[in-house]
Amino acid sequence: MPFGLYVHWPFCESKCPYCDFNSHVAERIDPERWIAAYRKEIERVANLTRDQVLSTIFFGGGTPSLMRPDVVAAVIDAARAAWRSSNTLEITMEANPGSVEVGRFHGYRDAGVNRVSLGIQSLDDQHLRLLGRKHTRSDALRAIEVAQSVFTRVNLDLMYGRQHQTVQDWRNELSFALGLGAGHMSLYQLTIEDGTVFGRRHAAGQLHGLPDEDLSVDFFHATLELCDAAGLPAYEVSNHATHDEQCRHNLIYWRAGMYAAIGPGAHGRLGSGADRRATEAIRDPAAWLTAVENRGTGDLAITPISAAEQATEALLMGLRLTAGIPLTELRALGIDTETWPSRRRLTESGHLTESAETLRTTLQGRLLLNAVLSELTSDLKVAQT
Amino acid sequence: MTQLDLIRNFSIVAHIDHGKSTLADRLIQSTGTVADRDMKAQLLDSMDIERERGITIKANTVRIDYLAKDGKTYVLNLIDTPGHVDFAYEVSRSMRAVEGSLLVVDASQGVEAQTLANVYHALDAGHEIVPVLNKIDLPAAEPERVKENIEDVIGLDASNAVMISAKTGLGIPDVLEAIVTRLPAPKGDRNAPLKAMLVDSWYDAYLGVVVMIRVMDGVVRKGDRIKMIQTGAAYGIDRLAVLRPQMVDWHELGPGEIGVFTASIKQVRDTRVGDTITHEKKPCAAPLPGFKPAQPVVFCGLFPVDAADFEDLRDAIEKLALNDASFSSEMETSAALGFGFRCGFLGLLHLEVIRDRLEREYDLDLITTAPSVVYHVHMRDGTMRELHNPADMPDLTHVDHIEEPRIKATIMVPDEYLGDILKLCQDRRGIQSNLTYAGNRAMVEYDLPLNEVVFDFYDRLKSVTKGYASFDYSITGYREDYLVKMSILVNDEPVDALSMMVHRDRAEARGRSMVEKLKDLIPRHMFKIPIQAAIGSRVIARETLSAMRKDVTAKCYGGDATRKRKLLDKQKAGKKKMRQFGKVEIPQEAFINALKMDG
Ligand SMILES: Nc1nc2c(ncn2[C@@H]2O[C@H](COP(=O)(O)OP(=O)(O)OP(=O)(O)O)[C@@H](O)[C@H]2O)c(=O)[nH]1
Ligand SMILES: C[S@@+](CC[C@H](N)C(=O)[O-])C[C@H]1O[C@@H](n2cnc3c(N)ncnc32)[C@H](O)[C@@H]1O
Ligand code: SF4
Ligand SMILES: [Mg+2]
Repeated sequence: MPFGLYVHWPFCESKCPYCDFNSHVAERIDPERWIAAYRKEIERVANLTRDQVLSTIFFGGGTPSLMRPDVVAAVIDAARAAWRSSNTLEITMEANPGSVEVGRFHGYRDAGVNRVSLGIQSLDDQHLRLLGRKHTRSDALRAIEVAQSVFTRVNLDLMYGRQHQTVQDWRNELSFALGLGAGHMSLYQLTIEDGTVFGRRHAAGQLHGLPDEDLSVDFFHATLELCDAAGLPAYEVSNHATHDEQCRHNLIYWRAGMYAAIGPGAHGRLGSGADRRATEAIRDPAAWLTAVENRGTGDLAITPISAAEQATEALLMGLRLTAGIPLTELRALGIDTETWPSRRRLTESGHLTESAETLRTTLQGRLLLNAVLSELTSDLKVAQT
Repeated sequence: MTQLDLIRNFSIVAHIDHGKSTLADRLIQSTGTVADRDMKAQLLDSMDIERERGITIKANTVRIDYLAKDGKTYVLNLIDTPGHVDFAYEVSRSMRAVEGSLLVVDASQGVEAQTLANVYHALDAGHEIVPVLNKIDLPAAEPERVKENIEDVIGLDASNAVMISAKTGLGIPDVLEAIVTRLPAPKGDRNAPLKAMLVDSWYDAYLGVVVMIRVMDGVVRKGDRIKMIQTGAAYGIDRLAVLRPQMVDWHELGPGEIGVFTASIKQVRDTRVGDTITHEKKPCAAPLPGFKPAQPVVFCGLFPVDAADFEDLRDAIEKLALNDASFSSEMETSAALGFGFRCGFLGLLHLEVIRDRLEREYDLDLITTAPSVVYHVHMRDGTMRELHNPADMPDLTHVDHIEEPRIKATIMVPDEYLGDILKLCQDRRGIQSNLTYAGNRAMVEYDLPLNEVVFDFYDRLKSVTKGYASFDYSITGYREDYLVKMSILVNDEPVDALSMMVHRDRAEARGRSMVEKLKDLIPRHMFKIPIQAAIGSRVIARETLSAMRKDVTAKCYGGDATRKRKLLDKQKAGKKKMRQFGKVEIPQEAFINALKMDG
């Protein structure tokens, strides 16, 4: 099983109105303190996961492309020193298409980054403004061009189901984006999250023109159709790529694998079986930094995860994948895959596929994944492993 | 033992919230019966639910010593009574134990429906009535107008009504003097054989069953062997006491006195309110007339949300029934809801109170089915069956006709709302029997079917009149009408808990409103769900709950696993609050809310 490291960078230039990630706008950041803290954390978590071989590193945010390249390099070097690493180490960085960030792409590549995930969101200036983004269509196109010249693997993040967007608008926008030739596309339906500006406006009835359920279904189907045609089939609910271009780091999450996580608010999963633990770091950047410096850990809690909880996590993550979950894995987690009435019911109703090897959703089932999960976990039998 | 002419027994009666319990507080306090430091507002409302809702549910008695202006010390037995119509029975039986009533009228509100009802009960009981105008401290108080109002509506001389504020204590000495000078002393013969009325009984966790009595003739002492004439049971008196309001041991009770005793009585059900108590060896000649027991008029099913809680529910119901003889229960099974109980109540408030207590005191989650009245189903073979549960409706081919209970409703309302009231009563199949005015208030009397009233009539009444109407009713009898059983089918499965008896003319409207509500109350599923109302096999209303089409989280990465898992666990716990009907899950609130009517 591959093992990954997630590094959270919690700062952005400005806070987007739809975003509920742990991101903050900071006045001043002292890169040296952050380098030292990340190093210390890598040292600490590496001690908990000594025998692992590191396969992936993921810089997420926030806006990691606001990190100075030397900070990125320091983290990568520390990680390589702390763990044995795979010779195909995938190192992804989330980047915003602003001009400052683009200027640093070479620096990141030199630090070891080999995959970049660009937060394009939209290729329409008016929509970019509605989304509160700082970049324009031309910034986005330039960022893509530079990224493609610097990195071999590029992902584009786009959001659909935006205010007043029609399915035809989206088809045009997506077709154009697909034509740019990125090997991976993350295409998310815009979600209105509690605690965000959009969340408050929505609750106040001031966010107009969002798609209803039927329209959302149409958006989803259009997305699948265009990506399929472009040779980038969905491998997860919102992610599309050829087999080789799939994000190996994110696959660790979806396959309920092991990942260490450092940085403010980062969540990790260590160990397996009776030894499995969840780690959760302090969310506030300043508090995290101080904790690492003074107490020697940024973690708020390390919590054991019971067999039943592991089973639930395996399902809720794994059924997002079009490939589903091998039944052998579910059995290894103690799940009784045979005495499972809801599984039979959902197979009969066409939400799960009949298979002797894998538990897998149909397209219809994936569209209703929350309901499917709620059914499947209601009569889940898990043996204590 | 107290001389008869130094005793005064009275009940305090009034419309809801006119201040009975507050007046009782002041009488208790100003006579020093309870020390100031032990006083609290509405002292006698001791049940949690009474304190929380600020209402009296159970009548309470206190013995007070009062040194009057004539220099003599009188014994006053006061009974504070509930105002709500569901507990009218408590009021009328309390009145049988005393000779007079203080009729409290809120001076800012005037005569309301229960004021009137209570006066009639008091007159029936042969009481002397002293009108008391309360809340004269309120800026909105209009004592003079309310006096006129009393004279107009009730025909009672209000010229010497006592003016008080139970809140501030103003006028309380006048009330005490009026009790002594205007209410009659009890009569009775100390030397005659013991004759006492069983006024009330309740269960006390420490003492067992406590019996409250009013002695008519003779004397009762601790240790006496007594007999209850109606039940025939005999007991030795273990403890004799008076209530102040705590129990204080007492040597003997003679004519005119009110007190309590304990004996080895197991259950409240072993006692009969209104029974005559006499000495086993030397019984009295003629028993007291007794009273009709309180009859439950509203029935509903109570089921545990979690079937595993059935035994707990059984225990809880048994315990509550120990203390409340007016609440009945028998086991019931529902195809939809499993095992539960069919329970009978005095009215909707009583139902709510019991359900609340079961949920809170016994930590149960309950599903309540549609409240139903008792129908008389007359069969072709000439027999009659009482129908407490629509699910038990016999096969129609054997039914000759059905009768339903009717009530006489009295509604008092400012005349600007009269039109709304008339419309409401008309909509509920009411027949107007009387309409009179007193000043700008109207008093309407309606003959209404009880089943149109039990659901939410009172709420509707309050809302269409902004709270200005008051309402009282009494059951008048049974009458035949065109009544049918309406069933509700969810995904083609009948949900027995939602079936109900309705008038044929109202069936379409009720059916429509039920299916529309259920459509909103049942969460969407992965498939579409037809929701139908039917009479027999004939569908009279139909809605379709469309299938859920998309419900998936767009982004789910490493940081989301914990949150999503907890969400699923929460949903799983929530599912326990759902009931499975075939493939459909119906939340508990759907049962409760579907049965609320609107208009
Ligand atoms: N201003 C004012 N408020 C009063 C007075 N007497 C009672 N109240 C208030 O009126 C409300 C009802 O008083 P209660 O004594 O509980 O009335 P009740 O008649 O016993 O009510 P039920 O037992 O529910 O029928 C309470 O909020 C009292 O504080 C008074 O003289 N003046
Ligand atoms: C960690 S975020 C941020 C990466 C980077 N800071 C950016 O904004 O470009 C990764 C992606 O999640 C998606 N995202 C964020 N908030 C979202 C929301 N409320 N609904 C749908 N997608 C969202 C966006 O496409 C975003 O690029
Ligand atoms: S969407 Fe990206 S840039 Fe915007 S606030 Fe969130 S993390 Fe920062
Ligand atoms: Mg009261």
